[in-house]
Amino acid sequence: MRWCPGCGDYSILNATTQAFAQLGIPREKFVIVSGIGCSSRLPYYVNTYGFHGIHGRAPAIATGVALANPELHVWVVTGDGDALSIGGNHFIHTLRRNVNLKILLFDNRIYGLTKGQYSPTSEFGKINKSAPYGTLERPVDPIALALAAGATFVARSVDIYQKHLAEVLRKAAQHRGTAFIHIFQNCYVYNDNAFTEFADKDVRDERNVDLEHGRPVLFGKNRDKGIRLDGMRPEVVTLGNGVTEKDVLTYDTRSLTLAHIFAQMAPPAFPMPIGILHQEERPPYEELVYGQLAAVREAKGAGDLRALFRSGETWEVRG
Amino acid sequence: MHNSIAPESGGPTERPPKRRTRLREVTVRFAGDSGDGIQVTGSQFTSVTAMAGNDLATFPDFPAEIRAPAGSLPGVSGFQIQFSSSDIYTPGDQANVLVAFNPAALRTNLKNLVPNGTLFVNKDEFTDKNLERAGYASNPLGDGSLAGYRLIEIPMTSLTVKALESVAALSHKERERSRNFFALGLVCWLYNRPLAPIERWIHKKFGDTPGIEEGNKKALHAGYNYGDTTELLQVAYEVPPARLRPGLYKNISGTVGLAYGLLTAAQKAGLKLIYCGYPITPASDLLHELSLYKNFGAITMQAEDEIASMNAAIGASFAGALGVTATSGPGMALKSEAINLAVMTELPVVIVDVQRAGPSTGMPTKTEQADLLFAILGRPSESPLPVLAPSSVADCFSTALEAVRIAVRYMTPVIVLADLYLVFGSEPWLIPDPDSIAPIEIEPRRNLGHAAGNGAYRSYARDPKTLARPWVPAGTPGFEHRIGGLEKSQLYGDVSYDPDNHDAMVKLRAEKIERIAQDYPPQDVYGAPEGQLLVIGWGSTFGPIRTAVEQLLESGLSVGHLHLRHLHPLPADLGGILSRYRKILVPENNLGQLRLLLRGRYLADVLGYNRVTGQPFSVRELREEFLRHLNGS
Repeated sequence: MRWCPGCGDYSILNATTQAFAQLGIPREKFVIVSGIGCSSRLPYYVNTYGFHGIHGRAPAIATGVALANPELHVWVVTGDGDALSIGGNHFIHTLRRNVNLKILLFDNRIYGLTKGQYSPTSEFGKINKSAPYGTLERPVDPIALALAAGATFVARSVDIYQKHLAEVLRKAAQHRGTAFIHIFQNCYVYNDNAFTEFADKDVRDERNVDLEHGRPVLFGKNRDKGIRLDGMRPEVVTLGNGVTEKDVLTYDTRSLTLAHIFAQMAPPAFPMPIGILHQEERPPYEELVYGQLAAVREAKGAGDLRALFRSGETWEVRG
Repeated sequence: MHNSIAPESGGPTERPPKRRTRLREVTVRFAGDSGDGIQVTGSQFTSVTAMAGNDLATFPDFPAEIRAPAGSLPGVSGFQIQFSSSDIYTPGDQANVLVAFNPAALRTNLKNLVPNGTLFVNKDEFTDKNLERAGYASNPLGDGSLAGYRLIEIPMTSLTVKALESVAALSHKERERSRNFFALGLVCWLYNRPLAPIERWIHKKFGDTPGIEEGNKKALHAGYNYGDTTELLQVAYEVPPARLRPGLYKNISGTVGLAYGLLTAAQKAGLKLIYCGYPITPASDLLHELSLYKNFGAITMQAEDEIASMNAAIGASFAGALGVTATSGPGMALKSEAINLAVMTELPVVIVDVQRAGPSTGMPTKTEQADLLFAILGRPSESPLPVLAPSSVADCFSTALEAVRIAVRYMTPVIVLADLYLVFGSEPWLIPDPDSIAPIEIEPRRNLGHAAGNGAYRSYARDPKTLARPWVPAGTPGFEHRIGGLEKSQLYGDVSYDPDNHDAMVKLRAEKIERIAQDYPPQDVYGAPEGQLLVIGWGSTFGPIRTAVEQLLESGLSVGHLHLRHLHPLPADLGGILSRYRKILVPENNLGQLRLLLRGRYLADVLGYNRVTGQPFSVRELREEFLRHLNGS
């Protein structure tokens, strides 16, 4: 393997193979398609079909694979630069179409393979190799972007949350349509400790909120904190002193409004939301494509070349 | 039906039938505002002309603007058709008959009319305002400037309105709008064309708005009757049917030829056709056409951009389908990175480049053949792939078939270089029997990759004859493998940075493409098999070159014509053919791209004739150029 020692990619690979093993799908039915970047080397390390594509284009390649054979389980592995910068257009349109793909975005907020330039998710003012005096660009929020693009499954986890991540991936696999999973991934070499603020073992429980459909939004080691809505404004409350579980919001993954509100939450003011932020039922693109083929064939009969060639105005030249 | 129009002088009664004169071939050009329905008029006239058994070729000449300001010069749309009682290959250099719907159309199209040609104008449109819009200082109808033509002024708009008075459902404006059918009826009379097929078409198109259907039919007849009765026209014409090869024909455009070829190829190969495209003039029509054939199982996807459409086609091929995409110049630039991925992963994909005038946005509705070097060489690094070019509308069908054959046999992306002139032009097509088309074998090469005693699949093992690697669709159990854009080890396809391996792979990829030439039939020189002059062309210049060469041969001169479909790799017997002529001339709508390749490859003193006007060559300019070379030492 060609990842640096200590890279978060190893943990994600582990969780992925673990999830694959639990799904009970034969290995040849999996196709992992990737772009370019550290994360995109993953297909080489899984013994399924794999396609290491070109920078930013994995969703487009994967769409072609899925269209050709809807029986396949097509997973896309991409990074923050790959999906959100050079491949931003494909990312948006793939989500909009709801192609039956599982998109794993490894977000380390830096360009690792090209050695340390700022990425579209790097925080404003970050000092790095291509911005020695600090970046002047506002980062893009992958979750908000995915929601705006019409994603039908939007989730988040962290590389080192092995159990949580494998569980999110398992749920993603069962979703019909595009499942987008935003994964915080630590780059030990160029952006170490980028997520320690909320992902460190000592603070993890206090600074993350794991969203579950139909459950009150509680967090903290003792599950004594929660999110309450004041109108459209979320606030953190502590249970007790008259505040009960009833005051705390019950999460609904079907609500796009809630997903947008939670997409904007981040430490230090809020815990980092993880788990499934949004999920809705919408027919996958391939299903619609093949449905239309069948409907037209039903209406017109199976295509016949001879009849097609002779359709329209023809004339006979006699010898 | 008679007498609905009062002729300009005298009544229709008691007149002798008009004379009909036989002609061998005629070129007619319709020109008007882009909102005047010129393309409809032209294509309907084409349809009845085809049914009358003439050989024909058409070419639309329209502006990029959908609706430029009415009456303006940039808004003029044209349609030219040549029809003949013998074989023809072009829509004609210049028209014998020009129908000009307004002053702007007259001004921009008069140069396309032969001296003493017949000029029909819609007199009603020659108002002060329209004359000013067209930049005329004085009215050409009255100032003698058209003395060199047979000018026939007809108040088409007012005659149409009058003929449609009884159609109560139409407003005055709507009645005026039927004037193109009046003109069509008139030209149908002039060449003795039946109106019934046009009426059928009008019914199909406008049947749900009965007022418009009735109006257009009435206008069509009014135009026909006007021709029959007016004193202005004493002679009508007859172009006897051409002696084409026996069989069933229909008139198709190059776009339809490509679409039918791809559909046929997919069926013959037993592959699912997945066409991914992005709208771009002049390639969009292929997307439109193929999206009609869902009952053939053809999948079409309008991708978010050119890049995605190429990548999706590659993905489709990886999963065992036939991935196809099409675009034009600017789109080719965007696709080239992904084309290189297809070269590296050695997957079959067909890429159709419908060339248009460039660079950059250039002239999107004008033709050119200047993407040849780009198609062959326009990718970073050593990136060999086969390039084919259809030479005529009908040839679009067989070139598309061959492109698929090569793609799957040699496991390679293939570029088909069509151009705007071919895809928008139309010609009679001898309808083939689908059963007579040979199947496309998908060779069972997958076992090639199984090495004795080693579990890993060798996805880059090669067929000894074609050097093609196995094509194992993702999803096949026991053959799991990974491919990508990184350099491959020679057999296993693992990532490799080994220097000698890279050198070997670069050479293997090149050698594989060179071997495609082993399947070509011998090259077929038309005309003189040796001697003073060989003209070599490629692509859509076939028509004007062949016609010019034919004319020179008829007048007893010795000249050969070789038209190349295979531009990369070049045919193996080409060098020997070149050596049999004193002069080699390559006419191209570019600055000498094939000439450069031939000079480089054969060290021959190849000459060029190069004009890049956005228009196809005229037969006359080529004939004069060929003559110049024949008369020289």
